[in-house]
Amino acid sequence: MSKFVELKEAVASTLKPGATVAFEGFTHLIPHAAAHEVIRQNIGDLTVVRMTPDLIYDQLIGMGLVSKIVFSYAGNPGVGLLRRLRDAVENGWPRAIELEEHSHAAMANAYEAGAAGLPFAVFRGYKGAGLKEVTPTIRSVTCPYTGEELATVPAIRPDVTFIHAQKADRKGNVLIEGIVGVQKEAVLAADKAIVTVEEVVDELDAHPNACVLPSWTLHGVCEVPGGAHPSYAHGYYTRDNAAYLEWDRIAADRERFRSWMQAHVLNAGAADFAARIKPVEVTS
Amino acid sequence: MISRDFTADEMMTIAASRVLSNEDVCFVGIGAPSAACNVARLTHAPDITLIYESGTIGTAPDVLPLSIGDGELCETALTTVSVPEMFRYWLQGGWVTIGFLGAAQIDRFGNINTTVIGDYAAPTVRLPGGGGAPEIASASREVYITMKQSTRGFVETIDFYTSFGHGEGGDHRQRLGISTKGPSLLVTDLGIWRPDPQTKEFTVVSLHPGVTRQDMQDTVGWQVRFAPELEQTVAPTVLELEVLRDLKARTKAAHEGAARGAD
Repeated sequence: MSKFVELKEAVASTLKPGATVAFEGFTHLIPHAAAHEVIRQNIGDLTVVRMTPDLIYDQLIGMGLVSKIVFSYAGNPGVGLLRRLRDAVENGWPRAIELEEHSHAAMANAYEAGAAGLPFAVFRGYKGAGLKEVTPTIRSVTCPYTGEELATVPAIRPDVTFIHAQKADRKGNVLIEGIVGVQKEAVLAADKAIVTVEEVVDELDAHPNACVLPSWTLHGVCEVPGGAHPSYAHGYYTRDNAAYLEWDRIAADRERFRSWMQAHVLNAGAADFAARIKPVEVTS
Repeated sequence: MISRDFTADEMMTIAASRVLSNEDVCFVGIGAPSAACNVARLTHAPDITLIYESGTIGTAPDVLPLSIGDGELCETALTTVSVPEMFRYWLQGGWVTIGFLGAAQIDRFGNINTTVIGDYAAPTVRLPGGGGAPEIASASREVYITMKQSTRGFVETIDFYTSFGHGEGGDHRQRLGISTKGPSLLVTDLGIWRPDPQTKEFTVVSLHPGVTRQDMQDTVGWQVRFAPELEQTVAPTVLELEVLRDLKARTKAAHEGAARGAD
């Protein structure tokens, strides 16, 4: 059975209202096209998980599709705050959202525990940190060998994980290069994983130790060139920093946000991403 | 050669850069710490290892990254590891000599808040949160902090303990089972602070050129303590300023590329 599906179909067939979903990408390879497809299909009441929720989570929250967010850093990287998230947290607009806040170390460990099939993650963390007091899922165990008290967090097991990657071969094996973040863990921890890729190639041409996700770990692969924009895809296009700066102005105002979403997301499609990027010169 | 023509911001970055050495393995926070670490690398500490939490180890960016995961960091790094590996092996494993952090709010014991202003459940301002900072603050062998002084930022009591510094002072870290040194240096736009060896309260040890004791007190929300032998920070050299200004100019040019597509 072919792994290759249209993004529209991949989203419709995997993500249900009320599900727990992760769109991972650590600044690099953020699956914007997949998140926009979810917004177009108006799949709501979601628990969204991500270490660094940025623009796409601001957009999902601003469109009222999120009931809970599990995160460790909610900012527009290098620019400032997420204004739609702030509006939801501070004013309940367009709806109130529940926060489950962690540190990066906790989230990274929790994804790894999910990938490893463990119920929780154990690590040396949260010492003296205030999050312990406000996030009930942060607990502790005593090391049975040394007696040291260590922090624990439950494993992250998303119903669906969406990631973006550079390329897939014709069998649907996927290669991720550059800053690989927690994508491998987020895919292996999920019940179903959907990957959008820049291109489909005959050979992955991967180094023996490269980050490769075999096709059988994936529910579907969708070819969406430019699908990470305004994030970047190492070797394909650079980060559109100006778009991140512009987002700060768009998201500052509810009406401007709505009209931007109408024009660039609701009235657009996955195929529109290719025109948003400027490919980097390939030097060999 | 010393320059007389510099801003307080430039003095802050340059003073912070001077404390770093070739031997350091530095976990770099974004913003002011990132500028200082790269000025160090481009001047007196070319062999310093800079680590960003996106997984890039030994990075040497030509322009300052806008985010901790810019492609520039990966392209110039010795190696790039996954984020779980970064936090588990490299940070928790004890390889980081200095965690270099910024902050929205700080108290006299170097406790940091970047989470909320006001009550956590009903905040006046929801800030981005801690990211890697809670564990950078506990797992790095020591922590340097750099931020501008203001009564909004330098407060008697922080609204949220994002990252634990010296807590209530004294041996509070040890009492919580933290074995690392914690915040050992604070570099601001006005001076340099170090914790008192016993109480762990940050004490002004050096004033930047032209800064008075009154300036220090006016921008801090607690009664400032000064070291008995107060030094004056050496003004930026012409070379330091040139390196910093070139870096900022390259960064500005790189990040202001024309907006495309998205709007």
